[in-house]
Amino acid sequence: MSAWIEHAVPVLYLLSAVLFIIGLKGLTKVRSARRGNMIAAIAMLIAVIATLLDLGLIDYRWILAGMIVGGGIGTVAALKVEMTAMPEMVALFNGSGGGASALVASAIIWLEIIEPAHSGSAASVLGGSNALTAFLSILIGSVTLSGSVVAFLKLSGRLRGRPGWLKARNMINSVVMIAAIAIGLYQTYGAGDPAAIVTWTLALTGVGLFLGIILVLPIGGADMPVVISLLNSLSGVAAAATGFVLDNNVLIIAGALVGASGLILTQIMCKAMNRTLGHVLFADFGDDAPSVGDTEYSNVRSFSAEEAAMVLEDAASVIIVPGYGLAVAQAQHMVREMADLLAARGAKIAYGVHPVAGRMPGHMNVLLAEADVPYEQLQEMDRINPEFKTTDVVLVVGANDVVNPAAETQPSSPIYGMPILRVAEARTVIMLKRSLSPGYAGVKNELFEHDNTMMLFGDAKQSLQDLVKELRELTA
Amino acid sequence: MMGAVLVGMYVFVLAVFVGFEIIAKIPPTLHTPLMSGANAVSGITLVGALIAAQSADPRVSSILGATAIALATINVVGGFLVTDRMLGMFRRRKDKR
Repeated sequence: MSAWIEHAVPVLYLLSAVLFIIGLKGLTKVRSARRGNMIAAIAMLIAVIATLLDLGLIDYRWILAGMIVGGGIGTVAALKVEMTAMPEMVALFNGSGGGASALVASAIIWLEIIEPAHSGSAASVLGGSNALTAFLSILIGSVTLSGSVVAFLKLSGRLRGRPGWLKARNMINSVVMIAAIAIGLYQTYGAGDPAAIVTWTLALTGVGLFLGIILVLPIGGADMPVVISLLNSLSGVAAAATGFVLDNNVLIIAGALVGASGLILTQIMCKAMNRTLGHVLFADFGDDAPSVGDTEYSNVRSFSAEEAAMVLEDAASVIIVPGYGLAVAQAQHMVREMADLLAARGAKIAYGVHPVAGRMPGHMNVLLAEADVPYEQLQEMDRINPEFKTTDVVLVVGANDVVNPAAETQPSSPIYGMPILRVAEARTVIMLKRSLSPGYAGVKNELFEHDNTMMLFGDAKQSLQDLVKELRELTA
Repeated sequence: MMGAVLVGMYVFVLAVFVGFEIIAKIPPTLHTPLMSGANAVSGITLVGALIAAQSADPRVSSILGATAIALATINVVGGFLVTDRMLGMFRRRKDKR
């Protein structure tokens, strides 16, 4: 290999690391986000080119086959996916990243120990720290992979509820976690010949996959934003661990950046629900509350689309509060159409978006962006909360817990302390909802009984269609 | 002289701090694009996969490596593309109005 490549490779890796940092920084501002994403993609390309240069003349058949298959699947998935299905796809992508890291660490074990048939433990052949990080990479990677697949199955509605045997999940989780670490340590230091290392590496992968399944299986819908952010973070940590196995700094840096970014999102999501990460993973809503209270409703007033449209027609200011129901009904375009009608009549329109509305961080923002809602109209919770007092009509589309006044008024409620959108302060609240069924937290929403609340039952999209029709007739 | 692991630890810890520093003030509008963009970046494990898949004959390591390449490439290509598509929606609307 010529000398210049030897010098060029580390410089290219450094350039790649710097561009990853600049790219991710760009992604944190609306103005520069698209460019930031592009810069991160260029950083990736440079890292790949540097690696190929470093490898020199090798057999490219496996590499090409893998890249063509992966590139094809990735391209089709990215271009075809509906925006309403983004949470599922992000979950799957997180999983494939974690899985890839686990596979790389396993491949290194085969390449360095098993295929040359070295005797001695993984730690003695690879070096202690490389072997230890290989174990961590396999464990974290498999947890990320199976956890993400379960999250995907739950998000796409293919898997529901929680199995009864997971009631004792705190104990089961602890036992499995300790077992995983014990197996990993034995795989690293104990197993002394290739055959034993194969067995224990497979055992480690198996227990990691199992752990991911039992961690995510009991976690319900509204906690999904936390879980997805956490899996996102873990996919980065797994990549960084792989970087330690290979003594490759660009992997360590990029992995650490993703780990940090996922952790920040996890924190934001937890804060928005007033829950700790431990609480999300190991307890349920209501687990520690003595009673959820009655869920019977009285004084609920159901209205027709015509009556609701008449109220909307007179409104000078309207705030729309979207929730997961909007995504389920795919009603984002309909909501925009209605907002346009109201705006044309001179009403001031804003959207109040709760940070955990939907099933992943920023879910509502993406859906409304797809429907061409100007992002200036999308208001954060802290910005919009003082506005409700002076607002004529709040239209709640498929949201429930995030507008429940009990979070501020009832210390006994499981959701007490969770920051909410104070919609009850508006003159009139129109709730588009399928039924009176409780939200994810399983608590009653007294808002439904308020005198200034109008319930409009039905599928969100259908109700919005009816409202648009009525509004048009009122105008004509 | 520091060992490679220790240098790695320095790099890791400092990179985590840089990550926290640059991402701390992320507006909610960009939560999803940041997540899918970061996800694409975690496909950097592709670099490791390339190293693992270099032998010609179909051995366990090259099969594991090729599978890792496929998974990581899904991440990289799919992640950057879908992020660009999403961010295009954010921008297009601005141009319109």
